[in-house]
Amino acid sequence: MSAEKVILNHERFALTIERLCQQLVETYDDFSNTCLIGVQPRGTYLSERIRTRLQSSIPDIAPLAYGKLDITFYRDDFRRREKPLTPSVTEINFLVENKNVVLVDDVLYTGRTIQAALTALNHFGRPRSVELLVLVDRRFNRHLPIQADFIGLTVDALDEAYVRVQWQETSGEDQILLYSSKEDV
Amino acid sequence: MSITQQLSTRHLLGIKYLLPEDIQLIFETADSFKEVINRPIKKVPSLRDITIVNLFFEDSTRTRISFELAEKRLSADVLNFSASASSVKKGETLLDTVNNILSMKVDMVVMRHPAPGAPHFLARHIAANIINAGDGTHEHPTQALLDAYSIREQLGDLRGKKVAIFGDILHSRVALSNIFCLKKLGAEVTVCGPPTLIPKHLHELGVGVSYDVRQTLQWCDVANVLRIQMERQDIKYFPSLREYAQHFGINKALLHSLDKPIIIMHPGPINRGVEITSDVADSEHSIILQQVENGVAIRMAVLYLLAARN
Repeated sequence: MSAEKVILNHERFALTIERLCQQLVETYDDFSNTCLIGVQPRGTYLSERIRTRLQSSIPDIAPLAYGKLDITFYRDDFRRREKPLTPSVTEINFLVENKNVVLVDDVLYTGRTIQAALTALNHFGRPRSVELLVLVDRRFNRHLPIQADFIGLTVDALDEAYVRVQWQETSGEDQILLYSSKEDV
Repeated sequence: MSITQQLSTRHLLGIKYLLPEDIQLIFETADSFKEVINRPIKKVPSLRDITIVNLFFEDSTRTRISFELAEKRLSADVLNFSASASSVKKGETLLDTVNNILSMKVDMVVMRHPAPGAPHFLARHIAANIINAGDGTHEHPTQALLDAYSIREQLGDLRGKKVAIFGDILHSRVALSNIFCLKKLGAEVTVCGPPTLIPKHLHELGVGVSYDVRQTLQWCDVANVLRIQMERQDIKYFPSLREYAQHFGINKALLHSLDKPIIIMHPGPINRGVEITSDVADSEHSIILQQVENGVAIRMAVLYLLAARN
């Protein structure tokens, strides 16, 4: 029995990102005073796609304030993991003070990454608002009261399951896979 | 999943015990911390449940402030201890002092001690992570790491780069740690100073030995200039400071006579006009203050990676 299942194929993957971009445009119009921040490492593949799409589709859009946020040093499982995570780069060359922030990650699972990201974000100023965009929302596996505002795909799966988003940049194809157990990954 | 890596050791006692991969991991982690300390808010909460004691049995300005700042930027709780203001004066042993401090639930110990091997002794007897912040004339690992990191920042990969260490090699823990670190990273090392201040069997570590300052400067890409440690010299190793400055001091005229610019480093404290003149120490080729800035990032990386191993 194959342990993995494609739950979002290449075509639907592209449509989903397109829909998320449309939803962002409906909410933020021309993105004045709004910035896009991808959570390192895997949220940045999605944020890069969205940024490119928005930048090319809205003719009058000013260069979008865009950043990448690494949350390694803000995680609440430091010293509780077997091995430490290796940090990625943080590239935010502006302050988020009084800006609307769209935080982007690939999978929303326990909510702990987003909690860490919110703490980390505080170190770049006090945003006017923060909204969360995720490609996958595993809605029944939350440890914290954190919800997404823009959702690509809702996945109901058991705790031992694993959802992996594959990107063309790294795996050759855009798709989302569901594994019945973390060990199969 | 994200990549995970960890150090091969629980303590940082000396560069001698590190693998080249450990050094690379410390450098990559320091890159991230360097970005953190250049933010408007220079603090991350990583070590918020960790208590660190800084045990300084010997004087220090840079190392102590740098460690304390690194600990605070990582949100650790910090205790400072100076031997001169403690019960050590009343005759308490090192082990008793440290065990008493540890019974107050301290997780890490940063120690500077005049006796070579003091942190190794502690590591055998106590459970906390130990970081050597200088043990006598033996090792000063974080200084060597920040020196190599600063060179890497200027020149890229250290493999094949030529680094010369000038001055009081005999009494310098910075020299020994630097030699270990640079060799592990594939750099070529030559030491240069008066024969009396160069240990007899140093070439066995695979370093060149020279007594000619001009020739060595011409050879190297980087000159790391060390202080004459008068406080550790119980006999006369050279006739006078003036004579030392004339024969082994590095000055502008000497640098101008070379056919290429070289990078000038100094671990501090500088004795201006002795091992290096002011115009050289403050010149555009000097990276002395960058070394100090990098020191905080390197120490944050070391503390973070050692704490993560618990």
